[in-house]
Parts: sequence; C-alpha cells; structure tokens
Amino acid sequence: MLKEYKADFHIHSCLSPCGDIQMTPKAIAEQAKANGLNAICICDHNSSENTAAAIEACKQNGIELLFGMEVNSKEEVHTLALFDDIHSLNELQKTVYDNLNGENDDETFGYQMVINEDDEIADINPRLLIGATELTVETIVDRIHELGGIALASHVDRERFSLIGQLGFIPPDLKLDGVEISPNYIRKSMRYDFPMAPGFTQVTFSDAHFLHDIGKTFTIFLVEKITVSEIKKALENKDGRSVIAYS
Amino acid sequence: MNLKDIIERLDLKVYSGNTDREVSGGYASDLLSDVIANAKPDNLWITLQTHMNIVAVANLKELSGIILINNREPEETTLSKAKEEDITILSTGMQCFELVGKLYEMGIHGNGE
Ligand SMILES: [Zn+2]
Ligand SMILES: [Zn+2]
Repeated sequence: MLKEYKADFHIHSCLSPCGDIQMTPKAIAEQAKANGLNAICICDHNSSENTAAAIEACKQNGIELLFGMEVNSKEEVHTLALFDDIHSLNELQKTVYDNLNGENDDETFGYQMVINEDDEIADINPRLLIGATELTVETIVDRIHELGGIALASHVDRERFSLIGQLGFIPPDLKLDGVEISPNYIRKSMRYDFPMAPGFTQVTFSDAHFLHDIGKTFTIFLVEKITVSEIKKALENKDGRSVIAYS
Repeated sequence: MNLKDIIERLDLKVYSGNTDREVSGGYASDLLSDVIANAKPDNLWITLQTHMNIVAVANLKELSGIILINNREPEETTLSKAKEEDITILSTGMQCFELVGKLYEMGIHGNGE
C-alpha cells in the first residue's frame, strides 16, 4: 500500500567539520521524530562513518533510514548518494577515501567526530573531509549507480559547490536521478520550480548542520516503503509512486 | 595581442584548437556560472576546471582560449570535445596569480578598464 513519507535526506552529523557538535546520530533521530519526519538520511561530507550508529537510533525512534553521503567532486560539485544498505555505502566510502587527500585542521574547519552506538565519541576523523576528491562528477554518479544507489545534485541553485554554479549548466550526459533545491531558494524566490534544471525531478531537504534545522525543509514521497527502488520510482513518477510535495 | 605571441612568451602547452587569434583581455574564475555571466568575447580564460563544460562555455562566450593552471590536464572527454569544436586549450605549470601577473605585464588586462 502506498503511503506518504515525510523525508529529509540531507542532514549533516558532527562528523562533518561544519556540523554542530550536538548533531550525534541519536540526537538527529530524536529531533527527526519530534519534527514529524518519517525518514532521514545522514549525508556527511565525503564520509559515512556515523551511519552505523544511526541504525539503532532510528529504529528506537521509528524513523526510516537511508544510507548516504555528500560527495565533493574534483570540480567542487556536491552530489548526494543514497543507498539501501551500509555495505554499498562502505564501498563508495572506499572509492572516496582513495581519492581524497589532505588532513583536517580541527581549529580551522571544526572537529570531525565519529560517534559509536552508545552516543559517545569513538574517534576523530583526521581526513580533510571538506576537501575535493580527485573524482569527476560523472565518475561519482556512475559509481553511485554501479553500487545501486540514487544520485542527486545537491543544492543546484547555489553558486558554490553546486553543479550549476561550478559547471555553469547540467552536463548533458550526466545520469542524475534528480536535483535538490535548497531551502533558501524557495524562501527567496517564492517559487518551487528551478528553471535551470528542466526535465529533472526536484526535491528539497534541510541540509541541516544544527539540530533545530532538521526537517525544516522536507519532501513528501508517495511510496510503499523507504527503499532506493521505491524512491527511484517516485523520482521517475512511475507505478503510482511520486514526489507529492516539498516545503 | 595575438594568442600565438602569448603562447610563445609564456611557454604554454597547446592541447587543442587554433592559436592564431586576437586576445581582447583576460578573465580568471573557476565558477563556470560566473564566467558565463562576466567573460567578454575574445577573452583569455584562466581556470583550474578541466570538466567538459569548459568547452561549451568557451564556445558560448566566444573566448579566445582557456589556460589551465597548475599543470592541470583536460579530461579526455574535454579534449576530444575541444578538438571537435576548435576550442583552444592551453596549460601552464604556473599558479593563477603568477600567470595573471605575467599576462597583465604583457598588456592583457581585465574587462574593468
Ligand atoms: Zn553541499
Ligand atoms: Zn550538505
């Protein structure tokens, strides 16, 4: 049976250098529940190391979880990757780490905290997670698909770190599953459609870096359950599945 | 100034395209959206972006050429597209600041003056 799911698939945890230290997987899941979300995905910059801890936290709070990452390409284009399982995400993680250089400077960019299932700091990630990988955006999208995931262009309306800002327009051969427009675009322009991405299904998520931003912006999917294949169908408007609203 | 002279004086590597072109001035940016908005015809564009979209932008804005800095090489897809569309791609080991300084000394200025 089809159901409406209120989803926020772009949330940063305290693993992202710019993510607030209160953004532990447990706190994120609790806040998601409090804000009436049904499904979330933690998408940290170039890393997925806080996803394991989110599994139990989401279960406890009755929140559906997708497994994700926000990958930064060679061109400094951000892409959201969403998966059904942690195994595929770990494979993407390997590809990303193999192509990511540099060390983080905690003082300048912020601490990158890996959180365990007991909501404690297990490790500090030393990599320069905010950096650009040596992978082209095409390579990233192809790799996400190879691993069975969904690839969405992050905040395409923004000038920095977006596909259109960095590369001027959407490369014609790029096989995206959809585009994300940022909360600011809707607020500022008072419109929901982004004219520079014709033909792509649009979604919007919070890109939250602080607890109070979680679910402020969301997309409602009409699907049977929260899986990659169902969300893909919704993005393609197939078999009665659809993206029914976003705000 | 002719692009040929610039290539010779700065010892630029030529990847593709016609080098016998007049240069009206320079524009340096790594945001292609910004180049679309602000570059002028026959400008020489200095960037570290190597994605295929640089060819389309150079074409659209009728730029005289693209110089990739820091020894960056165009992607394969970029190069084949540049050859197809006769877009001039050059490269240098210099960093952006150094290259722009040298071009400025040679009389290649921005669009502001
Ligand atoms: Zn982003
Ligand atoms: Zn983000």
